[in-house]
Amino acid sequence: MAFGAFAGEQAPAVEQAPRRRSLVAVWLLLPGVVYLAATYLAPLVSLVVTSLKAPDLANFDIGRYVYAFDVGNYAHVFTEYLPIVGRSFGYSAIATVLALLISYPLAYFVGVSLRRFPLWQALALILIIAPFFMSFLLRTLAWKAIFADEGWIVTGLEHMGVLGANAHLNGTPGMVIFGLTYNYIPFMALPIFTSLERLDLRFVEAGADLYANPVTTFLRVTLPLSLPGVVSGTLLTFIPASGDYINASPQFLGSTQTTMVGNVISDTYFNLQDYPSSAALSILLMVLILIPVAIYLALTKTDDLL
Amino acid sequence: MLGIYAVVVLALLLVPIAYTIVFSFNQPGRTNATWRGFSFDNWTGILDDDRVVAAFVTSIVVGVVATLVAAAIGTAIAIALVRYRFRFRTGLTLLLFLPMATPEVVLGSGLGSQLLNLGIDKGVGTIIVAHIMFCISFVVITVRARVASLDPAIEEAGRDLYASPAQVWWRITFPLLLPGIVAACLLSFALSFDDFIITAFVSGNAETFPKYIYTAAARAIPAQANVFASIIFLLAIVLVLGQQLAAGARRRKLAREG
Repeated sequence: MAFGAFAGEQAPAVEQAPRRRSLVAVWLLLPGVVYLAATYLAPLVSLVVTSLKAPDLANFDIGRYVYAFDVGNYAHVFTEYLPIVGRSFGYSAIATVLALLISYPLAYFVGVSLRRFPLWQALALILIIAPFFMSFLLRTLAWKAIFADEGWIVTGLEHMGVLGANAHLNGTPGMVIFGLTYNYIPFMALPIFTSLERLDLRFVEAGADLYANPVTTFLRVTLPLSLPGVVSGTLLTFIPASGDYINASPQFLGSTQTTMVGNVISDTYFNLQDYPSSAALSILLMVLILIPVAIYLALTKTDDLL
Repeated sequence: MLGIYAVVVLALLLVPIAYTIVFSFNQPGRTNATWRGFSFDNWTGILDDDRVVAAFVTSIVVGVVATLVAAAIGTAIAIALVRYRFRFRTGLTLLLFLPMATPEVVLGSGLGSQLLNLGIDKGVGTIIVAHIMFCISFVVITVRARVASLDPAIEEAGRDLYASPAQVWWRITFPLLLPGIVAACLLSFALSFDDFIITAFVSGNAETFPKYIYTAAARAIPAQANVFASIIFLLAIVLVLGQQLAAGARRRKLAREG
């Protein structure tokens, strides 16, 4: 997968000696495998265990739970939060599509049109990744200030009659989707750029030579060849966007009407200290994300995961 | 046409960045929400707000330690992936892919539950442990591309000249991998420094820079936060520009000699 887009400078791979079997490999892999087992796999097991806990009735206190086998937690979160789960996937699906539509032409321009100008290409690439280096929370708060009710954009739109009097942009679903789209455009654009940068233009010329019109050439040649980038970009946007709770939070771009599943996981964990519900929702979110991811990867045949 | 479109999109991407930097020059006041006029007061008084300074220092410490450990662990895995044959390759690939395909809120609540179930106190240490975890996969990807571009004949030449394995590593392999490792470190540090969601679940009372901003957002964010964020941003841009220029110079040199 084109996650390697993050590698920055891409040196071409050279032929390697055949892979050897050696004890050295064990020593190279052991620290990482042990580390990820302890800090990635074990917490998932912990989530499952926690999601089956029940309140400690003998010694009742807020945030106190004992081991049980209470699958009722899943039934509870499923009935209670299903609309919110649906909303999360809805918002993040729309944001993913928008980010793709906005990023593809940008990535095409930087990866193909700017090829003859390496300096400009490098500069454009730095601008695409520039948001990574500025605090995500401060950038989101900047949008909140720009689209504030008393800001010149909202008042201007009110004067033009686009918005009614006393209208809000902050706190609306549209604003949350805007925030998600904005925040994940670099994650979408970068992998697509990597795919398009390697695109052999002779294939495109061949399409034209064979009397294909530009649209056909794009759909039959350019797009399929850049598909690995589109797949990685889509995953890198959709997965974090559906779990995000900053954009949708009332403190940032959302309101109580835009609650996403991440907000509920964090609220049940921190405010209610209802750890079993929080864990059950996390497992639910994880499963719901992995199913489309697995199908998507199977359909696009991008089985080379890393 | 496409050029104009690209310029517009890139400009829009930069709007909130410019906003944050501009408001670091706002005249000090009760809040930093409205523009009162240009001043250097927040930059000269950068150390005035103790809580911002403490949170910033914590984030730097966490970022540096997590980056160095993740770089070491990830580089070892990257070398093994390119050079060696071993069983469970698919399993390992999955183990590296899944942390990137898991929403942060799930990673965070998982680590939080685990610390709770094991009765481990949360603090700076647990933040570092969590950050190392989500940085490893990105290091592997970044460094692996570099290992794959390394001609094994160079190391072989070293061994033929009776260099010890340690000498081959420190004199040949490591310097050649360095550009990849540096890129991986930049990426890891950026991910760690800006992480809020996972940190929230594993930090207890410890406060990182993003956590401070999240808490302060409910009241008012002091302009010093904008100053620190601007400094980190400008520093990172200078580093990335330097890296790009160095890479460009290397390519031109190779083109001249080759």
